[in-house]
Amino acid sequence: MADSDLVDKTAHAVVESHDPRSTPREEMLGAVYDAGLAWVHFPVGLGGLGVSRGLQATADTVLQGAGVDNAFFLNPIGHGMAAPTVLEHGAPELSKELLRPLATTEHIWCQLFSEPGAGSDLAGLATSAVRDGDDWVINGQKVWTSLAHVARYALLLARTDPDQPKHKGLTYFVLDMAAPGVETRPLRQMTGQAEFNEVYLSDARIPDSHRLGAVGNGWRVAMTTLMNERSAIGGTSSVRGAGAIADATELWARYPQRQTPVLRDRLAALWTRAEAQRLTDERARRSQGSGQPGPEGSIAKLVSAELNQDVYEFAMELLGPEATLYGSYELRQDVPREEYRGPLQQRFLRSRANTIEGGTSEVLRNILGERILGLPGDLRADSGKAWKDIPRG
Amino acid sequence: MAEFVFSAEQKDLRSGVRDFLAKASDEATVRRLMETDAGYDPATWARLGGELGVLGLAVPEALGGADGTLVDQAVVAEEFGAALLPGPVLGTVGLAIPALVALGEDVSAFVEGTRTAALAVPDRAGRFDPSLVTVTESDGTLTGEVAQVVDGSADVLVVAARTSDGVGLFAVEDATRTSLSTLDQTRRQATVRFDATPARLLAADAAPAVTHAFRVGAALLAAEQVGGAQKLLDLTVAYAGTRLQFGRPIGSFQAVKHRCADMLVLVEHARSTAYHAAWALQDGLDDPDLAVSIAQATCSEAYQRIALDSVQLHGGIGFTWEHSTQLYVKRAVTDAALLGSATEHREHIAAAVLDTATANGALVVAAG
Repeated sequence: MADSDLVDKTAHAVVESHDPRSTPREEMLGAVYDAGLAWVHFPVGLGGLGVSRGLQATADTVLQGAGVDNAFFLNPIGHGMAAPTVLEHGAPELSKELLRPLATTEHIWCQLFSEPGAGSDLAGLATSAVRDGDDWVINGQKVWTSLAHVARYALLLARTDPDQPKHKGLTYFVLDMAAPGVETRPLRQMTGQAEFNEVYLSDARIPDSHRLGAVGNGWRVAMTTLMNERSAIGGTSSVRGAGAIADATELWARYPQRQTPVLRDRLAALWTRAEAQRLTDERARRSQGSGQPGPEGSIAKLVSAELNQDVYEFAMELLGPEATLYGSYELRQDVPREEYRGPLQQRFLRSRANTIEGGTSEVLRNILGERILGLPGDLRADSGKAWKDIPRG
Repeated sequence: MAEFVFSAEQKDLRSGVRDFLAKASDEATVRRLMETDAGYDPATWARLGGELGVLGLAVPEALGGADGTLVDQAVVAEEFGAALLPGPVLGTVGLAIPALVALGEDVSAFVEGTRTAALAVPDRAGRFDPSLVTVTESDGTLTGEVAQVVDGSADVLVVAARTSDGVGLFAVEDATRTSLSTLDQTRRQATVRFDATPARLLAADAAPAVTHAFRVGAALLAAEQVGGAQKLLDLTVAYAGTRLQFGRPIGSFQAVKHRCADMLVLVEHARSTAYHAAWALQDGLDDPDLAVSIAQATCSEAYQRIALDSVQLHGGIGFTWEHSTQLYVKRAVTDAALLGSATEHREHIAAAVLDTATANGALVVAAG
């Protein structure tokens, strides 16, 4: 049987044995995991069928068409980033322990990477991990952590050797967010909401069994996470005219009295760019094998972030004086998904983060230039220096 | 094959054409030919048609073709564009052959490369508009003029002309052709004149065949644009990686690197839209006019932007006559203007998707 038939048949069998309308979410997603449809390219027994990654769309079409919840939406960091990282770099027993509750959304995950002093220069981070018997003791501050306040586990990148050059002194861990010494505070953003958190780590302990990859090898492990992040952020929409551009065409149709030929040309150009990127995502998906996402994900992330901003700048201009009104600046932390993106004016403000989060557009252009085009790297002030000797501030 | 999945045969086709052109149409040859009256080498053209058999890949076998697909022809067009192959690529392969095939005409001689043809029909923003046709038919002869016919010096002209019943399509051989001095010396144009010139009626209504030809021509032109754009990106990246200033390769400066990254995005967008158009026309996957306009709006803008930026990134050498960039700049500007500009295709897109859009009320606008 062809792999695509296997995936299709397996997906139909799951929704026949478990009616998505009456089966509780965690049980339903557990059945999806057990059938190997959580990540079809994962090994059998760990949520996959060992087939091409490109066939995930086949499974999702059947499952979501029958009403199964989208686990990626519910647990984006867990599903999109933690799972491939744990699978690739964790011990097999750790994958067995962590992947199923992650897939069922029983355990929500978050990512403890960025710090107040380490944004684009992530490898310069300062949170320390010091070995103490079978444990590691963690101290530091992380920032921009979405879902930290509801997460059970976190992907943590910490410094285990400050005497090494910065990339070499890092180690990667899975942190239990319920452990003593982990404190989460909401971080209020420009929109008034708090989608993100700050996480303070004060003598928090992690068993060595929750280390991913070798001591000092954390940067390479983090790359797995980041490549999956970029491909998860870009390229999710496969319907023509959907996504942010749909908001602009909706407004265009709603306010005929504000239409001008100049705005129409701007919108047509935005629509065309969105369509060109959608077709590029489609082309990347079709050529993708079962391996890790390639740098094409960086193109998708770069374009979709800048396009979002351009679309919402256009929409605000189309709105005219109404653009200067707002809904509410009340601090809210748990916004339901359906209103997550909020009114148009809030979407405009929120879009300003798109070119910063998950890799700034400047860093992404470096990645495209250096990793895809093979251009030489920039001169660096920190190369070869021990981390502790690099100027910071 | 599924959209965007290239077969092993198509990959072989690409490398075969690329290898052939590397020898038969290298830059020195292109520069020599662009100074000649004909502007191309008929012997090379005949080898492409005969030996390689790549001029009629989408033509049914019964009409003298290879019975392949439009995607096959697009793969070849991309390589033609990369090499700036001089010759009637757009006139014969892109426009005249599709028009004739749509009418069931045998096109063996054009497919074999022993004869050439061109489409002498004016377009409005890349589409057929019978009101633009000024040539008139009377008793089986044509009279009038068509300006700026791409590859208009071809052996056979496919001409739209006013008849007593409307606008018909005719084949003409004996016309007066006045070669024009063109911005791009590798893509020729001529003004063609008829003076009671004998013509053979191909179709009483020109519209279906011409509409088809403009769509196919625009899709193949888009593929040519992708080839040229990718070639320029490769040249520019190679230069930025080796040219040293301030003791470093200029490509290590972010100001240069980021422009190269933007060029990469443009090339990838162009490639996606060009092949989507080819696949859409071949398999009926999409509204053909919309798919073609998306491709032309994207590829014309991308190729021209990349060409002009590549001059900047090469610095002074990029402005010289001796450097390749000037050849591609002129081709990019020419291709952008042919069969509808990017702006004109955005107009088509706007008419198709914006003017018809309806509000569903799903989006909330805060009211204060």
